[in-house]
Amino acid sequence: MSRFEYAPAPESRAIVDIKSSYGLFINGQFTDATDGKPFKTVSPASEEVLAEVSEAGPADVDKAVRAARKAFEKVWGPMSGKDRAKYLFRIARLIQERSRELAVLESLDNGKPIRESRDVDIPLVAAHFFYYAGWADKLEYAGVGDDPQPWGVAGQVIPWNFPMLMLAWKIAPALAAGNTVVLKPAETTPLTALAFAEICQQADLPPGVVNIVTGAGRTGQALVEHPDVDKVAFTGSTEVGRAIAKSVAGTHKAVTLELGGKAANIVFEDAPIDQTIEGIVNGIFFNQGHVCCAGSRLLVQESVYDEVLARLKRRMGTLRVGDPLDKNTDIGAINSAAQLAKIRELSQIGEDEGAERWSPECELPANGYWFPPTVFTGVSQAHRIAREEIFGPVLSVLTFRTPQEAVEKANNTPFGLSAGIWTDKGSRILWMANQLRAGVVWANTFNRFDPTSPFGGYKESGYGREGGRHGLEAYLAH
Amino acid sequence: MVWRPTLPTKDTPRLEVRKTYKLYVGGAFPRSESGRSYVVTDAKGKFLANASQASRKDARDAVVAARKAFAGWHARTAYNRGQVLYRIAEVMEGRHQQFSLEVSQSEGLSISKARVVVDASIDRWVWYAGWADKLAQVVGSSNPVAGPYFDFSLPEATGVVAVLAPQDSSLLGLTSVIAPAIVSGNTVVAVSSYERPLPAITLGEVMATSDVPGGVVNILTGSASEVGPWLASHMDVNAIDLCGIVDPEEATELEIAAADNLKRVRRPAEEDWSADQGLSRLTQYLELKTVWHPIGV
Repeated sequence: MSRFEYAPAPESRAIVDIKSSYGLFINGQFTDATDGKPFKTVSPASEEVLAEVSEAGPADVDKAVRAARKAFEKVWGPMSGKDRAKYLFRIARLIQERSRELAVLESLDNGKPIRESRDVDIPLVAAHFFYYAGWADKLEYAGVGDDPQPWGVAGQVIPWNFPMLMLAWKIAPALAAGNTVVLKPAETTPLTALAFAEICQQADLPPGVVNIVTGAGRTGQALVEHPDVDKVAFTGSTEVGRAIAKSVAGTHKAVTLELGGKAANIVFEDAPIDQTIEGIVNGIFFNQGHVCCAGSRLLVQESVYDEVLARLKRRMGTLRVGDPLDKNTDIGAINSAAQLAKIRELSQIGEDEGAERWSPECELPANGYWFPPTVFTGVSQAHRIAREEIFGPVLSVLTFRTPQEAVEKANNTPFGLSAGIWTDKGSRILWMANQLRAGVVWANTFNRFDPTSPFGGYKESGYGREGGRHGLEAYLAH
Repeated sequence: MVWRPTLPTKDTPRLEVRKTYKLYVGGAFPRSESGRSYVVTDAKGKFLANASQASRKDARDAVVAARKAFAGWHARTAYNRGQVLYRIAEVMEGRHQQFSLEVSQSEGLSISKARVVVDASIDRWVWYAGWADKLAQVVGSSNPVAGPYFDFSLPEATGVVAVLAPQDSSLLGLTSVIAPAIVSGNTVVAVSSYERPLPAITLGEVMATSDVPGGVVNILTGSASEVGPWLASHMDVNAIDLCGIVDPEEATELEIAAADNLKRVRRPAEEDWSADQGLSRLTQYLELKTVWHPIGV
């Protein structure tokens, strides 16, 4: 059969204006770091240097926390909820107005396909601010007591997989509840957070309410351990989350952690097959699999295993890997060389432990960090690729015979962030949802997010929820 | 022929263009089909405008428009309705001066006091806008029934709401009775204050330019006592707010008429429009739907 090739359909970069270097955003101003060295942020699709960014040292973090404290005590804390709401609505609107620019910037810095940054990330960012804006003057209705109060200064550390969306998940509820924030974006993806700092300026947000300190782990640690931070919110690896939980032990700090996952995506024999295949693909290949709630363990009922695998492989063969700014791209670049090395290492371990590896024929660009969509079959529960979070486009397939067995296998993990169920039977969906020890359960869909819908994990996937009414709870003393 | 500038000068001041105040029905601005109008004066008795005096037929047309708009408006996502309500606030802000003047004239307030009223009206739209995607989370529930069933209750808009708007508070009061009805997906036929109808029609102009679909809000100027009974007895109206009926006996008659199709009725009561509003006007126009679904392999 002849095949029609896609012509390139690149989104224009002209819409973004990246400065050659960025300072830290402290007290409403971009300022130079006092004790850190600048570092470079690159486009993972080309390894091109995009900008030089300041590394905040402990003295800079201290300055940012002081600015946040002052803003909390003098301006943001005493401000009426109504006015806080209006600032957040302004921010939501500014994000909507600048959405294409932010989407291109996100794809450049992160490597994710423009289709996703344009249609998923940035619209959700605006929606999140819009949603929590509406809560700012309604806190007494949030179900956490008659007179809920903010904690004070929130120190927030976010990952590189959804840079701006994670920023929104952190900042929107914190500000709505009346806290001020110091946020550290990930080392490899600081640019949209810095663009957000500009948006705060355009919104005339009072200085010090939002502070952005860029840097790596050292900066994050200084922030989390700063004695004048009242609330710590972290999204990232379980390993770092554990370290944070230990470091705040015995302090007054409130903590929420959104950590790793190893979600089971469970396919029953009566599942609607076409939607299921799309759901499996979306579950693991969305955002190059850099998703804490990715459906990385596919559990297929034995009776439909052959059909599901054949269709899945055929569908994987049509995925387009390449330029993140091409509107036809399905899978973009791996975010960093370090992450690519980790994915390669775990995949090699998968082969070494005896699982069978398969990828479609797939031409990868010469420069940048790339990994083809990959599926492992013949995986047992003991294999490391079935137990550890790979955080890449790598799917492990296991089988089951009965619903009880599916539940046991699905829950056989230290994680508990999300799960998927594919079946035509409503009662079974609800029975499975009851049995699964996971914070989010998707039925006949996967990787759905909405500002009104709480998100977060059981077990070692962390604690606290983000989104929805429950997301406010993390930022209110009650 | 020499071109002459027409800019006003001290000797030839510019004559203002006055606005015709008409009804707002189905997204358009018709005159009353009855051809009637009535004189609207400011608080001191000075002529302001001839307002359209809505008739029974206008009320019925408005109900038809509201019913037609209901399905689409109700089907919008809560997020979208919230954004549309917020847009109303944005557009009102741009007409702040006009609203302030009209409220000042209508209610006999100084301009500075009228400005405060307009501020509060705009902020009230913002407050209600935020409720769009939170109502279900605050008034809905998941119900732990004693059996293998997943059981949850969700609020849903009741349908077409007739609002007899307050007679005293021409903008803040009107906003406070319309916003809570439409934010959840209802559509509204409102009868404005009889003596102070001008801010209501300007609010209609805001609706027409704020992405509010035609028919979601319909505004009639005229007498609540005249039009009210037709709305109260209309079989395609699901709820009625009697706020603007001053005479208690008249209100009782309307409540009796409303019982024919079991309209949800909000009785007139003392209201402080400047105070923060609670949930009661929001929940007044909601139905609660409970869904049962079995759980089992």
